[in-house]
Amino acid sequence: MAPPLPGGRRDVQEVVAIPRTSGLYRSLAYLRKGPLSAEGWSEESVRDRNWERVYRDRWQHDREVRTTHGVNCTGSCSWKVYIKDGLIVWETQETDYPSLGPDTPEYEPRGCPRGASFSWYAYSPLRVKYPYVRGVLLNLWREARKGGQDPVAAWASIVEDPEKVKLYRSARGKGGLVRSTWAEVTEMIAAATIHTIKRWGPDRVVGFTPIPAMSMVSYASGVRFLSLIGGTVLSFYDWFADLPIASPQIWGEQTDVPESGDWYNAAYMIIWGTNLPQTRTPDAHFMVETRYHGTKIAAVSPDYAEYVKFSDTWLPARPGTDGALAMAMTHVVLREFYVEHPCDYFLGYARRFTDLPFLVLLREASAGGKAGYAPDRFLNMADLGLEAERAEWKPLVWDEGQDKPLAPNGTIGYRWDGSGRWNLGLESPDGKEIEPELTFLHGPDGTLPVLFPYFGDGERQVLLRHAPVRRLRTKDGDLIVATVYDLMLANVGIARGLSGDYPKDYDDPTPYTPAWQEAITGVPRGQAIAVAREFADTAARTRGRAMIAMGAGVNHWYHSDMTYRAILNLVLLTGGEGVNGGGWAHYVGQEKIRPLEGFSTLAFASDWLPATRWQNGTSFFYFATEQYRYDDTKLLDVSSPLGGRFANLHAADMNALAVRLGWLPSYPQFNESSLEVAKEAEAAGCATDEEVARHVAERLQKGDLRFAVENPSEPENFPRVLFVWRGNLLTSNGKGYEYFREHLLGAGGHILAEPKDDPGLHTVQLKEPAPRGKLDLLVDIDFRMTGTGLFSDIVLPAATWYEKHDISTTDMHPYIHPFTPAISPPWEARSDWGTFSEIARVFTRLAKEHLAPQQDLMMAPLLHDTQAELAQPLGKVRDWRTGETDPVPGRTMPRFFLLPRDFSLVYDRMITLGPRAVQQSAKGVVSSAEEAYGQLLAALGPSPAKGVPKGPSLADDRNAAEAILRLSGTTNGRRAVAAWHALEKTTGLTLAQLADGREQEFFSFNDLVAQPRLTITAPTWSGIETHERRYSPFTSNVDFGIPWRTVTGRQQFYMDHEVMLDFGEGLPLYRPPLERPPFPKGSEGPAQERPQVTLRFLTPHNKWSIHTTYGDTLTMLSLFRGGPVIWLSPKDAEAIGVRDNDWVEVFNRNGATAVRAVVSHRIPVGVSIMYHAPDQTVAIPATAVTGDRGGVHNSMTRIVPKPTHMIGGYAQFSYGFNYYGPCGHQRDEFVVVRRLGEVRWLVD
Amino acid sequence: MARPRSHLTGEPIDQPDWGPNWEDDLAGAPERCRFDPDLRGIEQQVEFAFEQTFMFYLPRICEHCLNPSCVASCPSGAIYKRQEDGIVLVDEEACRGWRYCVSGCPYKKVYFNWRTHKAEKCTFCYPRIEAGMPTICSETCVGRIRYLGVLLYDADRVKEAASAEREQDLLRSQLSLFLDPRDPKVIERARADGINDAWLKAAQDSPVYKLAVTWGIALPLHPEFRTLPMVWYIPPLSPMLEPLEAKGSLDAAEVLPAIDAMRIPQEYLANLLSAGDTAVIRRVLLKLAAMRMHTRRRMLGLPEDPAYLEAAGLTAGDVEEMVRLLAVAKYQDRYVIPTARREGNPNVARAQGAASFDELIPPEGLLTRARERRPQA
Repeated sequence: MAPPLPGGRRDVQEVVAIPRTSGLYRSLAYLRKGPLSAEGWSEESVRDRNWERVYRDRWQHDREVRTTHGVNCTGSCSWKVYIKDGLIVWETQETDYPSLGPDTPEYEPRGCPRGASFSWYAYSPLRVKYPYVRGVLLNLWREARKGGQDPVAAWASIVEDPEKVKLYRSARGKGGLVRSTWAEVTEMIAAATIHTIKRWGPDRVVGFTPIPAMSMVSYASGVRFLSLIGGTVLSFYDWFADLPIASPQIWGEQTDVPESGDWYNAAYMIIWGTNLPQTRTPDAHFMVETRYHGTKIAAVSPDYAEYVKFSDTWLPARPGTDGALAMAMTHVVLREFYVEHPCDYFLGYARRFTDLPFLVLLREASAGGKAGYAPDRFLNMADLGLEAERAEWKPLVWDEGQDKPLAPNGTIGYRWDGSGRWNLGLESPDGKEIEPELTFLHGPDGTLPVLFPYFGDGERQVLLRHAPVRRLRTKDGDLIVATVYDLMLANVGIARGLSGDYPKDYDDPTPYTPAWQEAITGVPRGQAIAVAREFADTAARTRGRAMIAMGAGVNHWYHSDMTYRAILNLVLLTGGEGVNGGGWAHYVGQEKIRPLEGFSTLAFASDWLPATRWQNGTSFFYFATEQYRYDDTKLLDVSSPLGGRFANLHAADMNALAVRLGWLPSYPQFNESSLEVAKEAEAAGCATDEEVARHVAERLQKGDLRFAVENPSEPENFPRVLFVWRGNLLTSNGKGYEYFREHLLGAGGHILAEPKDDPGLHTVQLKEPAPRGKLDLLVDIDFRMTGTGLFSDIVLPAATWYEKHDISTTDMHPYIHPFTPAISPPWEARSDWGTFSEIARVFTRLAKEHLAPQQDLMMAPLLHDTQAELAQPLGKVRDWRTGETDPVPGRTMPRFFLLPRDFSLVYDRMITLGPRAVQQSAKGVVSSAEEAYGQLLAALGPSPAKGVPKGPSLADDRNAAEAILRLSGTTNGRRAVAAWHALEKTTGLTLAQLADGREQEFFSFNDLVAQPRLTITAPTWSGIETHERRYSPFTSNVDFGIPWRTVTGRQQFYMDHEVMLDFGEGLPLYRPPLERPPFPKGSEGPAQERPQVTLRFLTPHNKWSIHTTYGDTLTMLSLFRGGPVIWLSPKDAEAIGVRDNDWVEVFNRNGATAVRAVVSHRIPVGVSIMYHAPDQTVAIPATAVTGDRGGVHNSMTRIVPKPTHMIGGYAQFSYGFNYYGPCGHQRDEFVVVRRLGEVRWLVD
Repeated sequence: MARPRSHLTGEPIDQPDWGPNWEDDLAGAPERCRFDPDLRGIEQQVEFAFEQTFMFYLPRICEHCLNPSCVASCPSGAIYKRQEDGIVLVDEEACRGWRYCVSGCPYKKVYFNWRTHKAEKCTFCYPRIEAGMPTICSETCVGRIRYLGVLLYDADRVKEAASAEREQDLLRSQLSLFLDPRDPKVIERARADGINDAWLKAAQDSPVYKLAVTWGIALPLHPEFRTLPMVWYIPPLSPMLEPLEAKGSLDAAEVLPAIDAMRIPQEYLANLLSAGDTAVIRRVLLKLAAMRMHTRRRMLGLPEDPAYLEAAGLTAGDVEEMVRLLAVAKYQDRYVIPTARREGNPNVARAQGAASFDELIPPEGLLTRARERRPQA
């Protein structure tokens, strides 16, 4: 063995008096021989190794800074950024997360190659360095401002001149952005905003910025400004189709999922359409480690995705058919673990924590030549004439002991009746314990034929299956009821000896057996049975430790909610929710703003004003981009054969109905300015809010005032100013990208299908020709030039994530950690907080001359977690427009109220934490934050603002972060305890112990810089987090008996809202994907010039980018194929004469693009996969079909909203921002693929 | 709109046709996999059909071989293996750009830099290793798949080990070079050779020794290249096809035969990791499967089943320790790295920065003894 020290050559450097660095020394030394070893094969060299300093110098640095990457990725990884010679040089992951304990893998290292390429952006050619304005517009502006013309008047002179408007709108996206100054652009923006408020109303000023959790201060910046001026804030989670609508439906919770460390507690895991190694890169190791730990893993994926390689078995269900597989697995679980060999744990869980024992009324019904009964709504106390507060909102179960229906605690009526009995104790109002009956199979009243809608064959059919019932005598006649459990069993097809269309056994291809699903999904029935059985068996043995990870692959479809509900059957029936290692794990776009109260206060300026205009994104863009006129989806095709009340409506009409009934928000509100409506009401002599509301309702009823949504193509109803920051609206998430270009921007899209002459609209008007260009001003605030920037009128330089203060949290881990600046913002970049503060300052200066303090007539939907969620009892739809009911604001229609707007105080309020912050609320829990407010004033000092009462300063982003930390329960133990005490009052439970031992903890910003901190358990979230226990949702519900925020207070299988039933979605069932051909019937599409193939078009997340981010860095582009691609199966490629790496064009009715083909046998035949989102800034040539530059993945998609996503006013089906509303799904599309031919780049 | 451009010439390229991860996730596989030399012998068996798809990732860095062919192939003598830690480096000052190392490395891990016209390769992040820190690729690996540790070996027997006649014997012969760091004779000799306690302790705690020697679940990549590579791999435990689809259970009686029916053909892994010897692969997969059987039964509250442990030649204790290292895998368990020894530096005070300009300002006169002008340390 050779000696380890290089000490033996000391003689060389000492004897020879030649500097060791000289060439002479080196060449002399080269002649010397060192000692030989290994039989002469090895020589110990005597040469020095000073050259090794090259690499030491390369990796030496001056400073390490803790920061992270914001927005667009839910990773929330803490990173070290290295600074050398004043430059950001590179980054590596932090490895200092607090430990999860001795027997669990740790979170380190969190991060992925995409994040590791971020430092490239800081000095890249893509960096937005200065404020830019399109030259055409800038010339108009400078011309209009000549001679010191007032800025607002100057803006008006441009946008009220049709010639000028056309000139600069049509120039969008065609280059020509020129450098301006902050002073000039902020004045333009302020002038445009003020002009819009004066001319059209504040709700025509709109902002779009995505997921806050991963940089909440930056999110809050513009949203706070918009909230203060009365602008409209767009949602994103539903718009991205990442919102699992099934979650609010089942739990009354937007989304709550386990941290990835909890996977290690799972004993069985099904990974279902979420590509963990690719999209949860930093967390995927837990999946591999838990495999070593004894967990079995099954993968459901249509292609051989990355996660399949980590699994024990692969169920290759055809795209979009996952619901069928899940229903068959539900069939197996119910039959084997509930009926044949009842599992006590499952049954006990079902009784206590689900709606399975609740009673559903049956009504007579017939369809498809079959007659019988159909499940209707839940039976409630009022039905039986039982006296109680909120009796209509107290559904019943059948008590075994007393053999009669009783109302258990915890249903939604108890939440708002002041009784303090909103808890999951199985107690009746007289304090007796209830033993809920699950089935009437052996009851005295026999069975009845029940009709269940069935869509599995692509047609609307009904199944007739007998179910056990009970009859109840009331003074108004007999009522027939069944339990949800009995209805579930009948629907799923578990015969139990009953007659009807029941399957004989698993091999009978009758819905919903394993054999039935085999024909639909292609998964062998034996495999479906085996995985279902093993999943449930594991859960039975481990008390619920069986988990299903799910995501975009199953969630980005039109019927995503039904697919989810079918899959969630499995975790609910096996008692996995609220159990560590069990339950659902939804991983797409989900996020957890752990310090929710402080964040909301700051973002929505609720420290000053009680309401923000929250608009659901999908509806907004559906109308704003005129996509509704192209929507030829027939609601009749998706409605229940047992329903049909809404089947003749167009989705746009359904949306208009949702607006006038107070279900969904809608901004712009009216065809008049909300300021003018307020003035008019005042002039009409209305003195109180109530009078004003009634007056507005009357005007709407008369038709004297109209909802803007009813005529989206009238100029008076256009959105006018749109701010986009922290996101890439157009080329990343803009479903129907070509429609955005054509109709919203007037910049020319490439829509390949003509709109239908008559799309079948009833209440929503069409104006011909369709508007081309609605926005007066599009402002993009970003650090890099994206597709959105290219089409914007103004582009502002933002600080990168390495150049500002902010905070980050996620679902994926339980910590909170900071952004800190590694360098000051270079060039003329500013933090988002700085940018919007500056815009607010200039706005306020101009507003003082242009806008007097005045009242703003607010319209708001009936909100979840407020008393308004009890507005529309029994889930019945009563339209005041058709006279079914009276227009009563806040009950049968939206809420209307006045909000005073003092535009001259916007800046002062922006930078001051207002007095309303002393009360904090989240998810219906209201508690005092007076102490925290006082501490903030001491810590941050008073704001320099003069026009408002003294309050803590929010003058910079760091102060804003401190305010969030101090006001929130998850980061301030005393606030957590206060919130628990507040919830104790409603529930009658003892809860403050949930924050035990952490009351004294508070995290300041510096604490986070030192090390990520474990957040504190607070009622904002449904899980318990301690150093010993991993976060899993609903553990506080299950362990402490806190109800879910639903009608029954339990996890619901059954959805009894009238619209749900009308579309056949009362119970979970399988709904096939929409079959939308690339071109509508009667339209051939472009001439077929060469062989082409029609394929299903899937757009999952990319391996080498996070949406458009990173996909344009040199590193990530170099790693794979240097630009966007589409994956094809060998068979489909061969059919069109395409080899791997050949150029192809991809198109359908919505648009076209040109990319290269990747041919691989891991892709099934008939399917194409284009990883979203290739930006248009990189490597996209012209398509032959349009002759112009190809678009992006969203060129081939379009918005098709689903009506059941629009309902409201009914318990968990009540509006919440990013909580409910139609999803912008994009998977139900087909495209044509063919060789491109000549590659034309359209550049010199 | 940016077009693809050549990194070399800066000229636009309409259709780039190669890149570092060009075939990632089986991209273009049906056309190109036929040329994969690791498929030799099983060409007929492997069809590029959807139903039979398999893949796994094999992150490859320089092997820092015991018998490095790049060193041997350099006409300038610019490549060397560091005696204190075995890292193989290209002296960037001595490299003359012959590029024999590029073709000489069978792992294709020396690259030619077209701007400097010199060879470059993985440096095993020696500045970090010297500081006791893991390499960047190890520390930042989100799969937490990499382990670093010290192995003591008998340098005088390298030639003998590399000369094993049968390729299938190379694994055994290389293993025979590795010395047991707890063997008193080895300790004694190591001390005599100047290896201190810190390095010995690191060798004793080495996770690599456990994986490669104690449990034998890590294997060298392409041992038949005879370079005695020093980056070893644990073969992937891939999805099992037949038994699960039929019965869906993880019982020992079903899983052990299932090893042979795995999605990734054993022959393929053998061509990569054991010079074609499937018995070696089977042995390792059995151990990994037995570990999972054991932990699964424990998780489900089932009694231990000695059958699979016996078949794999493991004890329950081994399995517990394996799970700990493979699954729990704390940072300090994955990386056991003693710092470089610098205490022998004769100019330590200067190196500490006592007179910081010494290295920057040239000595006065070519033949002046630099030492005379330096303050005594």
